Amino acid sequence: MGEPFAVRDCALIAIATGQYANTLTELRDRLEIIPASCIYYHFWGGLLRPKFDNPEYQNDFAIWAYQGLRDKSLAERLALIDPSKYHELEDLRGELIDTIEERIDESEILPWMKATQRFYFVRSQTVVFDTKVRLDTPEELGEHIPHMSLGSIFYHFIDARRRPPWGRDDFSHWVSDFGDTYAELAEQISIVDPYFIALGELREELARVFSAHAPQGGE
Amino acid sequence: MATLLQQYERVVGTEVIDQLWQLARLLDGMHIVHINSTRAGGGVAEILHRIIPLKHELGIDTTWETITGDADFFQCTKLMHNTLQGNRIDIPDLLLRHYENINTENATRLKGLLEDADIVFIHDPQPAAMIESIPSRKGKWIWRCHIDVSSPYRPVWKYLRDFVRGYDASVWSLSEFAQRLPHPMYLIPPSIDPLSDKNSDMSEEELANAYARWGIDPDRPVITQISRFDRFKDPLGVVRAYRLVKDFIPVQLVLAGGGATDDPEGEEVFNEVKASAGDDPDVHILLLPPDDHRTINALQRISDIVLQKSTREGFGLTVTEALWKGKPVIGGDTGGIRLQVVNHHTGFLVNTPEGAALRIRYLLKRRDRLEEMGQKAREFVRENFLITRHLREYLTLVVAITNENRDRIELL
Repeated sequence: MGEPFAVRDCALIAIATGQYANTLTELRDRLEIIPASCIYYHFWGGLLRPKFDNPEYQNDFAIWAYQGLRDKSLAERLALIDPSKYHELEDLRGELIDTIEERIDESEILPWMKATQRFYFVRSQTVVFDTKVRLDTPEELGEHIPHMSLGSIFYHFIDARRRPPWGRDDFSHWVSDFGDTYAELAEQISIVDPYFIALGELREELARVFSAHAPQGGE
Repeated sequence: MATLLQQYERVVGTEVIDQLWQLARLLDGMHIVHINSTRAGGGVAEILHRIIPLKHELGIDTTWETITGDADFFQCTKLMHNTLQGNRIDIPDLLLRHYENINTENATRLKGLLEDADIVFIHDPQPAAMIESIPSRKGKWIWRCHIDVSSPYRPVWKYLRDFVRGYDASVWSLSEFAQRLPHPMYLIPPSIDPLSDKNSDMSEEELANAYARWGIDPDRPVITQISRFDRFKDPLGVVRAYRLVKDFIPVQLVLAGGGATDDPEGEEVFNEVKASAGDDPDVHILLLPPDDHRTINALQRISDIVLQKSTREGFGLTVTEALWKGKPVIGGDTGGIRLQVVNHHTGFLVNTPEGAALRIRYLLKRRDRLEEMGQKAREFVRENFLITRHLREYLTLVVAITNENRDRIELL
């Protein structure tokens, strides 16, 4: 058995950059120069903000394309960009700009049309801290999940994908170290899709997965 | 008797309070000072009256001081307040010099405290110039702007900016309000206090009394807008929306607000609304004292739907209050209302009285949707706009600003 699971927590605070866009062309231009932390905030920060069971679009750029520009085509394309596929924020920035430029090329009016609301670029600072809680077994982790803060769920299940091992959440990664007995549990945790539910619901779903798939009696 | 934290724990859950404890531990040994202009009246004092005791319970060494000033000083800061919100009035130089002198006097009085503090929060313009008189500052100074400064009168903002740029950071309620400054501009939306008179639960008896007191029929639907009688709140649009609904549903309208008589334009708007309502017995136009929180609470609770049909709005805490009471809100598509009203989830954003009327009819017809949206609205506020979230962000800010200005601060 390896190290105990160290429960961490995080809190995110938003910071205005003073940069904004009124048109799609302005959005593209600003995207070239804004700090990478803005890209993080507008893709990932949204997960720590309010969500509903049937969100139309998954990131702030897509939401603005729909609400501010009333352009469903662009909104759909932007919503499909999955930030967890990009290890580097610069790559994600590149994909975003490519998607917008593709749409700019398709329309004569859209690039210059004034949006009904501005897009304000926001960056964030994330404070990660140790809760001092240590868990020795997958069973203990399963029991503790319903008591974790939403910040802990975000840190271990979503933010973890941006840390090595890339693309993996902390829970399934740690559980998989316990051998074949827990392979099914690790697999079931890893396939939970966090993108269409609020963090509170994600916490409930993870707790359900732990109680449904933990092997009887443990190791 | 339960501590404050225990009382909030019942509302927001144990894990939220645990997280506050965790963050508070990171501030161990720090002394935080808050300065504003009054202990009584107004939203800032209301928030500090809760935030400060909560910080004390969390073991954070916190002091709250207010500045003292005379009538001329407060006349000047009232003018600043109005001009920062867009009124185009020049403030006489004499008043501005007086503002600076009063700030110097207060800074001298509080010098020891302010020099030694690790963190100083200065709230709003009244004490903003104190920073000039405390050149040897040990800690970080943060200016907290509670005002809607999306379109300030530039000469007054430029004057104030010269003081504010000396701070280590500023805090704004919405990104639309943040002005260009050479330091980090944190965004912390306001919040409501679920334990306050304005938001705490009410008995059936209190609600029954509200129906009786205002002559409202409990058997017919009620739609309500709580706001000052101000053109930006579009009360005439609300009356028009009501009339468009009335043809289909026997609805009652409550328009309630305070402070009309000391504001010439408010009185004019109030009279126009009165005239527009005519002698319709189902329109209740109520002028309430600004501290009549229990009445406002009751009116929101006896409503089926709450409106906030503003054409311009700061954050719109009346929207938050209504959502917390499980009421879907039909709000103007502007300012902070957009942050809170999510179409088909917590209410509807509208641009015209016709749009408002359509959504009112929809919700009164589809009671299942009304109930569902009301429940979602309450949970939405629980997670995002209660004072515990506000406090968490203040604590996070202090941790962030006392560490290096990095995107990610790992305290492991």
